[in-house]
Amino acid sequence: MSAAMSAALAPPRPSRSLKRRPALFERVLEGAIRVVALLSIAAILLIFVFVGREALPVLTSAVVHREVTFWGLFAPTHQGGEALYMWQPVSEVPKYNVWPLVIGSLKITLVSLVFAVPLSVGAAVFVSEYASSRVREIAKPAIELLAGIPSVVVGFFALIVMATWVQTAFGTEHRLNALVAGLGLSFAICPIVFSVSEDALRAVPRSYREAALALGSTRAQAVMRVVLPAAAPGIAASIVLGFGRAIGETMIVVIASGNAALLDTSLGHSARTITATIAQELGEVVMGSAHYDVLFALGALLFIATFIVNLAGERIVHRIRRKLGTVA
Amino acid sequence: MTAAATVPRRLVGSIRHGDRALATLSAASVVIILAMLVIVLGDVVRGGAGTLSWEFISASPTNGMTAGGVFPAIFGTVAMTLLMTVAAVPAGVATAIYLTEFASPQSRVARLIRVSVANLAGVPSIVFGLFGLGFFIATVGKAIDTVAFPGQSVYAKPCLIWSSLTLAILTLPVVVVATEEAILSVPRELREASLALGATQMQTILRVVLPEALGGIMTGTILAVSRGAGEVAPILFTGVAYSLPYLPTHLNDQFMNLGYHVYVLATQSPDVDRTKPQLYGTALVLLFLTFLLNLVAITIRSRTRRGSRAAR
Repeated sequence: MSAAMSAALAPPRPSRSLKRRPALFERVLEGAIRVVALLSIAAILLIFVFVGREALPVLTSAVVHREVTFWGLFAPTHQGGEALYMWQPVSEVPKYNVWPLVIGSLKITLVSLVFAVPLSVGAAVFVSEYASSRVREIAKPAIELLAGIPSVVVGFFALIVMATWVQTAFGTEHRLNALVAGLGLSFAICPIVFSVSEDALRAVPRSYREAALALGSTRAQAVMRVVLPAAAPGIAASIVLGFGRAIGETMIVVIASGNAALLDTSLGHSARTITATIAQELGEVVMGSAHYDVLFALGALLFIATFIVNLAGERIVHRIRRKLGTVA
Repeated sequence: MTAAATVPRRLVGSIRHGDRALATLSAASVVIILAMLVIVLGDVVRGGAGTLSWEFISASPTNGMTAGGVFPAIFGTVAMTLLMTVAAVPAGVATAIYLTEFASPQSRVARLIRVSVANLAGVPSIVFGLFGLGFFIATVGKAIDTVAFPGQSVYAKPCLIWSSLTLAILTLPVVVVATEEAILSVPRELREASLALGATQMQTILRVVLPEALGGIMTGTILAVSRGAGEVAPILFTGVAYSLPYLPTHLNDQFMNLGYHVYVLATQSPDVDRTKPQLYGTALVLLFLTFLLNLVAITIRSRTRRGSRAAR
């Protein structure tokens, strides 16, 4: 049997005739879409690489080490036998100790969570458990609108209005302080804590509530003992995501915190966060100086911290959304 | 008999009490959050209304930012946001199309993209600023200058295009999430009908799926614009200027920005009382641009969500 004959006997390949080959334009477009879709992965990697690259000299450069080493960021400076934790990058002997900034960030974040979490979870309970569908359809987007106010406007409001309230109410020593900044910050995190908590509550199957009610419990008991515990992972995720948002927020705290890098836990004193430090100092440093590299190192630490926090939060959120059927 | 009747009644009474307490407390939380919203908006509107005038939105600042208008800042904000949109929306829509139409449900790449999008949304805005400086200015801009403009500093400096691109990456997740949601709500029957009529997958996407999802894409775009127009931290080191004698006309010009204007007036004014009217006026204009857009987007979204739920 010759090769020509076997080719003639073979059945015609169906792919050409049945499945039309897409036009060149379509293939190019599909290729482009597939490539562009990788952009968000690339963005995360690029952020990591390029913020890291500018921060790297803190670990490796001998020139930077003349001013500060990586571990030096966390160790106290000694002056006359006294251990000092100070952030004073612009002084005769620059001092780069990050503890005042870390304490400042945590202090303000904690204040904002203390205010925002009960309010937002409470609001989520109302919207998912008590509100009629009409009320829900107004209340939910209205609360989400809070996220639509630019943070610089919230910061400005905290500076002009809330600082006066706080000083009148508590007689704080500094007009701008951790309490004012934390209160302002709670505006920014209420929407995220609310919407994640509300999703979590709604993902609790209705049969749970019905079972509790059928056993004779009241609605409040059903919510407190059945629905909230069942939604606990989601509510925890909402707090985690709120924490991530709060610790990374910049404009509110840079305007309202007073920006003094003090190592104390008092809420009435001015405080300086990691984000505000970067925002205020990076504009005035020489590119490539030790100070510049240290600020990038702060940014890199912030990025890694929020990355871990968000990764943990999003895992839980994804599971909840799958239950709700809003993602594939 | 009587004992059995009284005990439950007392119990019921205290239980009712607890029931009402939770309802009241949770309703109060909603009221407090909404009050926060109303108070901020009310204060800015009341404080800024007096400053707002045609001159304020059409003139340049004069007299050390204590008089005149904010036109250059409005112009800069709009230019920056437009450029950002041109970059972010096509990329975001393409990502959403890939995730919903091309990727298989088990695709590892798709999962990685989803995780990246979610994480990108959580990156602190100041880190985007650092990234813009380290990547766009110190790397891309420098490379452009080395190749095209040896010995000059044309793109290796803070300017409009780098701010816009930095913000485009920041707002990418907003577009992706809104578009994906919209595409997912397009009924499968429509796709199947189109494919059964002999249309290719790409024709189906372009002529059936995308037109159906247009509302969601618009919502995403508006939300992205509203978010981008209000961000300050990412542009601090990538292109914004406090005061400029000219309007930005080239991609490598610096620009003024409403949010940054508010920040500078609020923190660096030697005489806060004299700049206060300007400060409130600028904040009000910024709120107009961002908040109203947000209101529109959220209204559209809750309408379409309600619609799709009713259809199901």
